[in-house]
Amino acid sequence: MTLHMPPILSYALRRLVQAIPVVILIMIGTFLLLKLAPGDTVDALVGDMGGADAAFIARLRAEYGLDQPVWVQLWRYMVKLASFDFGWSFVYEQPVSTVLMERLGTTLMLMASSLSIAFVAGIVLGAIAARRAYSATDNLISVLGLVFYATPSFFLSLMLMLVFSVKLGWLPVGGIKTIAAFYTGWDHVWDVVRHLIMPTAALSLIYLAFYLRLMRASVMEVADLDYVRTARAKGAREGRLMTHHIMRNALLPVVTLLGLQFSTVLGGSIVVETIFTLPGLGQLAYQSVVQRDMNTLMGIIFLCAIIVVVVNFLTDLLYARLDSRIELA
Amino acid sequence: MNWKMKNMSLTLAVTGALSGALSTVGFAAAAEEEVQKGGTVVVHMISEQRILNPGLRASTGVYNITGKIMEPLIDKSYDGYEPVLATDWSGSEDGKTITLKLREEVNWHDGEPFTCDDVAFSAMELWKKLLNYSSALQANLESVDCPDPHTAVFNYSKPMPLELFVAAMPDLGHPVPKHLYEGTDILKNEYNTAPVGTGPFKFVEYQRGQYVLAEKNKDYWREGYPYLDRVVWRFIKDKSAAAAALEAGEVQESGFIGVSMADVERFSKDDSFSVGTMGYENNVAHSTVEFNHRNPILADLKVRQAMYHGLDIDYAINTIMHGFAKPGRGPVPSAGGINYTDDVPTYDYDPELAKQMLDEAGYPVKDDGYRFHLRHRPAPWGEYTQLWAEYYAQAMKEIGIDVEILTNDAPGFLNGVYRDHDFDTANGWHQFRSDPAVSTMVWLRSGQPEGTPWTNQFGWKSDEIDQMIDDAASELDVEKRAAMYHEIQAKAMAELPVIFAIEHPFISVTSKKLHNHHNTPRWNSSSWYDLWIEQ
Repeated sequence: MTLHMPPILSYALRRLVQAIPVVILIMIGTFLLLKLAPGDTVDALVGDMGGADAAFIARLRAEYGLDQPVWVQLWRYMVKLASFDFGWSFVYEQPVSTVLMERLGTTLMLMASSLSIAFVAGIVLGAIAARRAYSATDNLISVLGLVFYATPSFFLSLMLMLVFSVKLGWLPVGGIKTIAAFYTGWDHVWDVVRHLIMPTAALSLIYLAFYLRLMRASVMEVADLDYVRTARAKGAREGRLMTHHIMRNALLPVVTLLGLQFSTVLGGSIVVETIFTLPGLGQLAYQSVVQRDMNTLMGIIFLCAIIVVVVNFLTDLLYARLDSRIELA
Repeated sequence: MNWKMKNMSLTLAVTGALSGALSTVGFAAAAEEEVQKGGTVVVHMISEQRILNPGLRASTGVYNITGKIMEPLIDKSYDGYEPVLATDWSGSEDGKTITLKLREEVNWHDGEPFTCDDVAFSAMELWKKLLNYSSALQANLESVDCPDPHTAVFNYSKPMPLELFVAAMPDLGHPVPKHLYEGTDILKNEYNTAPVGTGPFKFVEYQRGQYVLAEKNKDYWREGYPYLDRVVWRFIKDKSAAAAALEAGEVQESGFIGVSMADVERFSKDDSFSVGTMGYENNVAHSTVEFNHRNPILADLKVRQAMYHGLDIDYAINTIMHGFAKPGRGPVPSAGGINYTDDVPTYDYDPELAKQMLDEAGYPVKDDGYRFHLRHRPAPWGEYTQLWAEYYAQAMKEIGIDVEILTNDAPGFLNGVYRDHDFDTANGWHQFRSDPAVSTMVWLRSGQPEGTPWTNQFGWKSDEIDQMIDDAASELDVEKRAAMYHEIQAKAMAELPVIFAIEHPFISVTSKKLHNHHNTPRWNSSSWYDLWIEQ
C-alpha cells in the first residue's frame, strides 16, 4: 500500500508511527516524575482551604482515586488516554479537555505572534547586520540583540508594564480582555490585540535576539562561499544575490532553530502568561504544578508533546523545500 | 514602636473589646460625603478558587468572593454580632437547643423564598458532613427542626455554647438553596462554581484563570442597597503585576498582603491609596516556630525556652513586617476579645541567657561551632513566612544552633510536617477565626488524626490541656469560659508546644476612590452592600 503513496504521505505516516512510542514514553516518564513530588491534589486543596479534618481528607483522596497504588493510577490513566480521554480536573471541576481547549487559543495566539515577529524581525535585522558587518548599524543591532538576549522575560515584562501601563497608561496591565466591557466585533478584536501587545513583545524579544545572532553569522558565512562569488562575478545584482542565493541557504540553520525553539517558547510562555495573567496553557501549567492537578498537567504535557512532534515534522518539510538536496526519506 | 505598631496595637486592643468607635484608626473614616451609586470595583486576588460555595469550603479565599453573593446567618461587626439571615438567636438552659429566627421576605437570586428548610438542609447535609472545620463543630448536631418557615431549632446531643455557635456562624453558617442541592451529588453540584445566594450581588460568570464577575442584585432585601453595579475579582498571581494594576487604576483593592511588603511601604506614602490593617481583626494569624517534640533535644522545655530568648521579636516585626504586627502572647491573639489575656509568661530577647540555658540543658558548643543541628521547614504562604524562617535561622546561629532551611511548595510542606513529620522545626501561620474552639485550639489538642494540616502533629501531648480544651468548648458561662482560655493561654506560653512569636493581621492596599471600606472585622469576607466608588 505505502509503495503507492506519494513520498510525503509515506514520510508523514512513518513519522507518526515513530512519534507514538515517544509520546507514550513521555507520558509514563512524566507521570512517574510527578508522583515523586511530595504531596498530591488533596494536599494542595486542603492547603488552599486552610485545613480540614482527616475524614474529609480521606474521602477526597478516595473520590479522586489517589488512595490507589501508583501503578494502578498509571494504568487507569494510560487506558483512558488511549481513547483521548484526559480525565477530570479536580481543581477546575471540569473535564481536562475542556480546560485545555479554553486555554489553547490564547497560548497559540501568543506563541504564533511572538515567534513570527521574532522570526521575521530576527531574519531581517540579522541580514542587515551581516551585510553591513562591523558598521555602526551592525554594532547597534548586535548590541540590542545582546541586551534582549540577556534580559530575563519576567524583568522585561515588568518594565514594559511599568512604562506602557503605569506611566503612560497606553496598554492594559494584564488579562486577555477588558472585564465587563462586553465588546463585540472589531472592538473585541482590538481589545484582545491591545492585551496581547506587551506579552508578545516580552516573549518575542528574547527569541528575536536568537534569530538575529544566528542569521547574522549564517549570512556572513554564506556570503563568502564560492557560488555567491561566482554569481556576483556573473553580474547578479546585489538584491537578487541576497534573496535568491544567500538568504535561501542562510535560512537553513535558522529554520532548524525555529523548530527546536517551539517547545522553548511554550516554556517561556509560563512566565509571561503568569505575569500578564493571560489565561493560557503556560499559566495553567504553573497552577497545575502548584496545585498538583495531575490530570491537567498530564494533558498539557501530552498536548505540548504533540505540538512539538508536529512542528518538528513541519520544520523537516520546510527544510526539504528550502534545500532540494534534502530528501524526505 | 513606630506609628504602624501604635496603630496596630490600638486597633487590636479596641476591636478586642468589639468597640464601635474604631473606624478612625488604620483607614481614614468615611466622611459625610454624598454616596455615588453605580460603578464597578475590581479586586485583586492572588489565588484562584476551586469552589465558590462557603457552605462547602471554609476558606478565606472563598469568602472573599462568595461573601458578596451568599450571606451567613450571622455576621460580625465592630459592634458585635450582626443579624443577617437570622434576626434573633437564643439557647436553652441545658445548652442542647439553639433557636434562630430567620429573616422573612428574603429570596434566593433565582426568585425562590429563603426558609428554614434551606437552613436545616444546609446544616445537616453540608455543615455537619462536608464543611471543613464545621464537621467537628457540628459533630453533636442531631437535627434541625422547622416549627415554622422562619424558625430553625438546632438540637444537640451535648451542650453547645451559644457564644461559640454565634462566633462560628460568620464563617461556618452560610445556607445554600435546598431546591438546587437536594437530590444531587453535593460535591459535584454545578452551583458550587456558579453560586446562587441571597446577597447584594448576583453571580454572572467565572472565567478560569482570569476573573469572577458579579452584578447588582436589584431585589436585595436591604432597601436601597447595594450601591455598586458590579464587583470583579481578578486573579493576578504575580505580586509586582498586582502592584502595577493598582497603580494603573485597573484594580481598586488588594487584600491579604497581595503585594510585596516593599510595595506596601511604597503605597502607604502614596496619596491615592489607603494602606492599613483594619478589617482583618477576624483574620489575625500567628507567625510561629513549631517544634517536632519527637526530637529529644526539642522535647526539653529548657531548650525551647532558650530558643525563644534567642529571638528578637521587635526586630523581626520592624524589618520583616514593616511594623504591621505585634508580639504574640499564646494561642489566643489580642483580637480574641474576652478570651484573650496578656497575663502570661513572656520571653525577652536575651541571647546570653539563651546560651546559658542551652549550656545548662546539656548542649554546649561543639568543635564544629554549633550545639546541635536542626532541619527547618518554612510554609510557603508568602513573603512573611519565608523571611521569618530566614531570620529564625540567623537568630539561632547567634546562640549556636545550626538551622538548615528546607524549602518546599504547599503540598510538600503539608506532607513534610503534618504527615511524614520529617522536620525538627517549622514555621507557618494559623488564622484565628473568632473563637479559640474553632481555630487555634487545634494546635494544642492532642489526638488529631495523622496528616491533618494545621493541627497538633508535633508529638506534644498534655492530658491536662486536652481536658481544659474540651471543657472550655462546652462551657456555657461566658466568663468562666474566658477564664479557662486565659489559663490555657498561660500554660501554652509556659510549656511552649509552639512559639506563637508574632501576631499579625493582614494588610490591604485600597484606592481612595472607594468609600465605606474596611468597616467590619472581616471586611474582605463581608457583603460590601454599602461600599461605593467615586465615579
